[in-house]
Amino acid sequence: MSEERHDVVLTVNGTAHPVSVPARRLLSDALRHDLGLTGTHVGCEHGVCGACTVLLDGRPVRSCLLLAVSAQDGEITTVEGLTNADGTLGPVQQAFLECHGLQCGFCTPGFLTTITSGLRDNPTPTHEEARDMIAGNLCRCTGYQNIVKAVERASELASGGGRGGRAATVARPGEPGLESGQLEFEDRDDDNASTGLGG
Amino acid sequence: MKPAPFDYRRPGSLTEAVAALAGDPGAKVLAGGQSLVPLLSMRLAAPSMLVDINGLPGLDTIEAGPEGVRIGALARHADVLASPDVRRVQPLVTMALAHVAHATIRNRGTTVGSLVHADAAAEMPVVLTLLGGSLEVERPSGRRTIAAGDLYLGPMECSLHHDEIAVSAHFPALAPGAGVAFDEIARRHGDYALVGAAALVDGERVRVGYLSVADVPTVVDLSGVPDERLGDAALEHLEPGDDIHATADYRAQLVRVLTGRVVRSAREGVQP
Repeated sequence: MSEERHDVVLTVNGTAHPVSVPARRLLSDALRHDLGLTGTHVGCEHGVCGACTVLLDGRPVRSCLLLAVSAQDGEITTVEGLTNADGTLGPVQQAFLECHGLQCGFCTPGFLTTITSGLRDNPTPTHEEARDMIAGNLCRCTGYQNIVKAVERASELASGGGRGGRAATVARPGEPGLESGQLEFEDRDDDNASTGLGG
Repeated sequence: MKPAPFDYRRPGSLTEAVAALAGDPGAKVLAGGQSLVPLLSMRLAAPSMLVDINGLPGLDTIEAGPEGVRIGALARHADVLASPDVRRVQPLVTMALAHVAHATIRNRGTTVGSLVHADAAAEMPVVLTLLGGSLEVERPSGRRTIAAGDLYLGPMECSLHHDEIAVSAHFPALAPGAGVAFDEIARRHGDYALVGAAALVDGERVRVGYLSVADVPTVVDLSGVPDERLGDAALEHLEPGDDIHATADYRAQLVRVLTGRVVRSAREGVQP
């Protein structure tokens, strides 16, 4: 007996996507498998790790703890929706790049969405508030120090702080003269597309 | 893992929702889903039907008045936590909500859902029990009110029938001259607490509610107990257990520490 499917419309990054899904389809799986938006990563799949965090009506939620059928009334923003309209990196993405806020990149989409919303609520967080903002996301590579720096750098960028802040000193060894904004990522083995930093 | 298959209904009215539940003894209500969905994914729960109440109108209310705070079934933890009226009328609700999971979970999870999930490691059931609040439930034959003291039967088990939906919870207001406090110890901020304690102090009357040290939210009357004996007196009524996170002895020690801390803090918080 085939499983009943439900026709729902998921609004993701401003685009309406009609999909037909079984009731048990998690939103994280609907985004990745039905819509092909593989930037949202699935880690623990029970709400602990934060890798799958997306914004629902602007607020961070775990997409692995939502059923796709139950998310049909909201506006969903994934990491793919965080770039600027002209395709350049949004302030949080730019800050992660400048501060070396990612290593393997698996957890990064969840951090980017969480911080994007966090800075909207609190545009100038203290160091302690920056740490608190990411308390619900796990990263097993970085040790968090550079992610906290990225929160603070993103706050500067979003408020028009531009380049040349304290984080701009994070350049590659051997390339001391390189401006932070000119880092080229093509030769890196990070999964650029899936962190939303590619393209 | 992925959830086992289930039927799905998204009713447009409370009457329809209750009828859907009544028609299937294996049906469960889906509100925020922050506890239910992981249980489904781990296949610790496999209901035959989910009745999604997220589309029901008028259930996301947060009302605060002289009598207390009334929280609707679809009010998210984050909105209750952010309400200045709730903080003013019953600050213990706000204090405890700050310890409920992480902000991201609070954005979707509902306070009423947490109450009926009846996890003895959760904060809000203890708060409702300590304050003597109540739950308003809709059922096929109308409405009834369940006092907090009659709500919790065992681990993850409350006295709602399968065809009933909790529509709101009532937390009584803080009386003039009374004080409240909440504290808990967790291995990481936002994790389940190893032990948590909520205090309500009103004149000579001292009561403390505990989470994670008994099968159900447990309130102990500590009126008249000398300060240095508060924790030990509480332990006579509690059963701290061993698990992978902490030994029973360590939990008992946390009960002693937290009991003194919340009672002191509740006294200091009393408005003169």
